[in-house]
Amino acid sequence: MDWVKILEWVIKGFALVMILLTGFAYLTWYERKLLSRMQVRYGPNRAGKFGLLQPIADAVKLIFKEELIPDQAEKILFIVAPIITVVPAIVITATVPWGPDMQIFGYTLKPYIADIDVGVLYITAIASIAVYGIVLAGWSSNNKYATLGGLRSTAQMVSYELALGLSFTAVILLSGSMRMIDIVNAQSDLWFAVLQPAGAVVFLIATLAELNRAPFDMPEAEQELTAGYHVEYSGMKFALFFMAEYSKMIAIASIAATVFFGGYRELWFLKDTILGVDQTPWLGPLYLLVKILILLFWMIWVRATLPRIRYDRLMSFGWKAMLPLSLAVVIVSAAGIALEPINPLFKWVGIPLASTFVGLMTVGIIDNALRRKVYASH
Amino acid sequence: MSQLQSVTLDEIKHLVSDRALEGETMLLNMGPQHPSTHGVLRVLLELDGETIVNSIPDIGFLHTGVEKNMEAKTYTKAEVMTDRMDYLNTVGNNLAYCLAVEKLVGLDVPIRAQYLRVILAELQRLASHMVWLGTSALDLAAMSNFMYTFREREIILGILEMVSGQRMMTTYIRPGGVWRDVPAEFVPAVRDLLKILPKRIDEYESLLTKNPLFIDRTAGIGIISGADAIRWGLTGASLRGSGVNYDLRRFAPYSSYEHFDFEVPLRTDGDVRARYLVRIEEMRQSIRIVQQALDKLPEGAIRSSNHKFVPPLRSEIGTSMEALIHHFKLWTEGFDAPAGSVYVAVESPRGELGVYLEGDGGPKPYRVHFRTPSFDNLQVLPVLAKGTLVADLVAIIGSVDIVLGDIDR
Repeated sequence: MDWVKILEWVIKGFALVMILLTGFAYLTWYERKLLSRMQVRYGPNRAGKFGLLQPIADAVKLIFKEELIPDQAEKILFIVAPIITVVPAIVITATVPWGPDMQIFGYTLKPYIADIDVGVLYITAIASIAVYGIVLAGWSSNNKYATLGGLRSTAQMVSYELALGLSFTAVILLSGSMRMIDIVNAQSDLWFAVLQPAGAVVFLIATLAELNRAPFDMPEAEQELTAGYHVEYSGMKFALFFMAEYSKMIAIASIAATVFFGGYRELWFLKDTILGVDQTPWLGPLYLLVKILILLFWMIWVRATLPRIRYDRLMSFGWKAMLPLSLAVVIVSAAGIALEPINPLFKWVGIPLASTFVGLMTVGIIDNALRRKVYASH
Repeated sequence: MSQLQSVTLDEIKHLVSDRALEGETMLLNMGPQHPSTHGVLRVLLELDGETIVNSIPDIGFLHTGVEKNMEAKTYTKAEVMTDRMDYLNTVGNNLAYCLAVEKLVGLDVPIRAQYLRVILAELQRLASHMVWLGTSALDLAAMSNFMYTFREREIILGILEMVSGQRMMTTYIRPGGVWRDVPAEFVPAVRDLLKILPKRIDEYESLLTKNPLFIDRTAGIGIISGADAIRWGLTGASLRGSGVNYDLRRFAPYSSYEHFDFEVPLRTDGDVRARYLVRIEEMRQSIRIVQQALDKLPEGAIRSSNHKFVPPLRSEIGTSMEALIHHFKLWTEGFDAPAGSVYVAVESPRGELGVYLEGDGGPKPYRVHFRTPSFDNLQVLPVLAKGTLVADLVAIIGSVDIVLGDIDR
């Protein structure tokens, strides 16, 4: 193999890891600033202009803090657990394309690390590895709160992987490929979020659960389990969990942007103009970045607004609402594609309408169940 | 390490079920350092999975000996101790104590002072409910409300500072009246507050009351029936949430509460949500009371002119020999209260706050005892928590609204 190719991989891999690692630090800044703006406070504003040096100060503090390993902990697993959590969070972004092929000094640069045929499968596989880290951390700490956090995380993962996988299935059906670049290109006319709105909603909710973000932050549940699985961790080991959570946020936001929001592609009305990525390829990463930032904003907004769902209700929501809805999403997509040869309207109009219908029906059923609950207690 | 005590299962085995002794259920020590126990409350939980089999509250981590300390101080000086009990209801504590002293020695309070007491007590109730709303929503991880309620609480604490010079430990209400007349800015400041509060309360509600996740976390959780609530000595909003119409401001009016028109909000569900709705409605009613008190606020004296018990005005001291003597006597040795005992109860934001005061004829109380609402309300925790999940326990502790300073006085 050509040494230039290898060098390109190394450079791209290094760049991506660096982007994720600094991105994670600045994501904490972004979150703290946004939360404080939503909560009539200022947020970090001491270190540097607008508190921009705050992430660096935090990193320095965490690195120099004393690391404690509890006396009764399972030492090897205790040390390995944060690593198991952080590695998948970083490698998961390898298949996400950041733009179309670009010509730089006559050399074709592919702005992604791996172009594998089963990109979607790779993502689901890697995403579910991270839970082992959390479970092992909870168990090896030999702390009751941590154990409860780890157990919760297992249950949560089992319930939400299915919905996540099925909403991926809808995307695969619609694009006809598991390759991320094909998925992006299939959305050049219409985002899958518009074509399959219920699928996008299921995906976004399932990713919140996958990320352990509010309102599904069961395993941490600061107010119940104090800090859950990482209660015994300190110093850099804690920082690794933190890093995993936030780099996974970036990774999942980029995946969500890719599979449902057109990836690096421009908005539909900019196609075939100078602002389209076909004519100006370097705009691709920029568009993706904007989409990621918007999705991250949404995650933070949700955290500022919603109370935490209860652990058993989360399970019943996962099995009784999310799973049927995601199955319906798959069936709707499949039916629309099967009927497309008869009339293309079945795909372009039928799927969005049917999808919205099943989505609204689910909301109605949940609402009804809650209403009954309130009246039952009267 | 030598300072750590190991607790054996033998010491607690009478509190937990047999299954815990066999290791079938898990014992979890929640607190005293836990973010959701609202202070230094320790709850020993016996868990089956995450379901609570038994919960045993353990108090005493904040014991400060307030009651015993008060026996060593004159009636006037003892009052500052009451601020330190329920630190979210300092004005209400002062009011209860002053009413007891006034009843013991037989003092009349001028009507202006009574109205000022009502205004401040209701503002304090609003501030206390805001802390409750913010923290109990925070326990369910609805984090933004906390900041919003504290924003308005800050205004109320500013008003308390305006009248007394202190944000929390005010001691503004004194036996026989109040410390000084309110400054000229007081009435406009309170009116400004009342103008914004109804909208702000709607704002708090818009984030919670109809939020499906919030309904899910609160409806049908921690249910107690009215009869059981009475049997356990529950008072305040927790009792009214179970459908028992009992509010001391209405049924044993003190400090001229009978002059004001307000409703006692009631819910019959007896769950966390009912207690939440009752408190929210109470905030609205408190605004009504303050509004009326401001409209009717008369001019006149702000403390009793019985100078055997109440210090004369500062301005009189320079001109009247009598006043100077009274002042000197009152601030050096206090006043002698008759022997006897009284019990006075007021409606604190948490429930019935009772003061039992016994005098022995001297200048210091022989015995002071507080029947604090948090203490009695906490007893019901094991009943409410049985069979719920750990996450619900947090919601329940939030809904009975305890203040640890009130429990370990």
